[in-house]
Amino acid sequence: MKKVFSRPKPLRDVDTHYCPGCGHGIAHRLICEVIEELGIREKAIAVCPVGCAVVAYDYWDFDCCEAAHGRALAVATGIKRTQPDKFVFTYQGDGDLAAIGTAETIHAANRGENLSVAFINNAVYGMTGGQMAPTTLLGQKTTTTPQGRNPAGEGYPLKICELLATLPAVASLERVALDSPGSVIKTKRALKAAFINQLEGKGFSLVEILSPCPICWNKPPEEACQWVKEEMVKTFPLGKFK
Amino acid sequence: MAGKKILMTGNEAIGEAAVRAGCDFYAGYPITPQNELTAYMAKRMPEENRVFVQAESELAAISMVMGASASGRRTMTSSSSPGISLKQEGISYLAGAQLPCLIVNIMRGGPGLGNIVPAQSDYFQATKGGGHGDYHCIVLAPCSVQEAHNLVFSGFALSDKYRTPAIILGDGMLGQMMEPLLVHSKKKNLSTKPWALTGCKGRRPNIVKSFYMQEGELEEFNKLLQKKYARIKEKEQRFAGLHLDDSEIILVAYGSQARIARVVVEALRKKGKKAGLLRPITLWPFPTDAFEELLRKKRKKIRFFVTEMSYGQMLEDVSLAVNGRAAVDFYGRAGGGIPTEEEILRRILQ
Repeated sequence: MKKVFSRPKPLRDVDTHYCPGCGHGIAHRLICEVIEELGIREKAIAVCPVGCAVVAYDYWDFDCCEAAHGRALAVATGIKRTQPDKFVFTYQGDGDLAAIGTAETIHAANRGENLSVAFINNAVYGMTGGQMAPTTLLGQKTTTTPQGRNPAGEGYPLKICELLATLPAVASLERVALDSPGSVIKTKRALKAAFINQLEGKGFSLVEILSPCPICWNKPPEEACQWVKEEMVKTFPLGKFK
Repeated sequence: MAGKKILMTGNEAIGEAAVRAGCDFYAGYPITPQNELTAYMAKRMPEENRVFVQAESELAAISMVMGASASGRRTMTSSSSPGISLKQEGISYLAGAQLPCLIVNIMRGGPGLGNIVPAQSDYFQATKGGGHGDYHCIVLAPCSVQEAHNLVFSGFALSDKYRTPAIILGDGMLGQMMEPLLVHSKKKNLSTKPWALTGCKGRRPNIVKSFYMQEGELEEFNKLLQKKYARIKEKEQRFAGLHLDDSEIILVAYGSQARIARVVVEALRKKGKKAGLLRPITLWPFPTDAFEELLRKKRKKIRFFVTEMSYGQMLEDVSLAVNGRAAVDFYGRAGGGIPTEEEILRRILQ
């Protein structure tokens, strides 16, 4: 019998701390599959975020660096500029990348840093228990928007791909989702394209991944996937932005 | 250039020293009175095929330094007081991840936006940690352009040796004044950094982090840090003394203010007073052993007089070192005021 599917080697054989139905496990695995397929594990350096994926280094079997909340792309800039021959990527959530780290995100993109970014958008702060994120949908209830997000005072969901698309130094921007087997395959394809961009020296590439957070959304996993497909994509349309 | 003196500002002398000490990466953000240093690095680093980045903020600059340091490279950033406050986030992470780097603070008046005149009001921030958590940075305080240049080499070496951030604590006067300088010849005695993130080829993956969530893990890590700090305190105290052998009135001052204190000492000597100067070069570790030595000799009339361009920050460390065994007097000004020779003399003689 021929083995056609197995755990990618860059993914450690350990249990993760992620909640049932969370998208992080899938995203971690996809990244590892791409790293394995491209044969770049030994030159990969990840910058892990502050947020639910803070201990991604416990799951990834390659070099990893911590960063302060929001500063992953600044840390990645320091790593990549001193080691341009290495493969450097950040893995960041919406609070990290689009609230406290907005300046770092825009300026790393604007400098055209030759980096890859996996941006997990689950419309909440997961690790701290489900507060409003910059990407929280209008009307979405969170612990800090108990009546639902109201644009008067709480603003509108921040669309990072659309925002960064105006910057000339950005190489590629794509928004994908993790709501179904088909969308998972598309997500892997987008990550691979972004990683190849860096290997070819094309510059800043970001993949925004709409990812379910059943616990903070107070929905069973299946419904959470449905919510990504039916609600999130209305605010965050999928596709290539650059 | 070796052997021939050239005229340079303190800011430029620090920049040239960093280049010569093998600094591979510099990130900075504009702020007065240290702009000459950033501009110097912008010019010199590319000439040497090193990296210069003008960051979008001090927060980003220090995190870029963290990334470059995690890569095993010699790294530096510089700023002035309000900018250094912003860098405290990253400095705490660097200390927690045990990453070396050199941070230059060319101090200006505070608090808040303050102004751009020389001051020594960031002593507490520099020597007591500055950011969150139980940590210390090694703090070096030059009093001349030449010493600023020299201490950059020491700062990088100590920082690498102990895997902890080092700070050069200068002030706007030192940063912007010009003095003759004998530049060090280029040298690059870099230590190996097996912990660095260079890709896991031929080894197990390295992780650079300061996050310890398992029960008891963080306390154990803190104990390790404290052991390191104890070792630094034991081995790395530095100071310069003037007439300490026979002096009864000992001025204590650092950085630019020590130059004024030196003039006061000479004036007192001319008046027949047995005056001396104890100038801490390492502000952390504070040279408490030097005080111990002076107090152990049990000179009858020994007393200390601290002068600072602040309202008494180093004064607290002097008081702790003396611990009630001798009188400690103080005169300081800040926010643009500099304690003058006459003012200090008047207070000592009254």
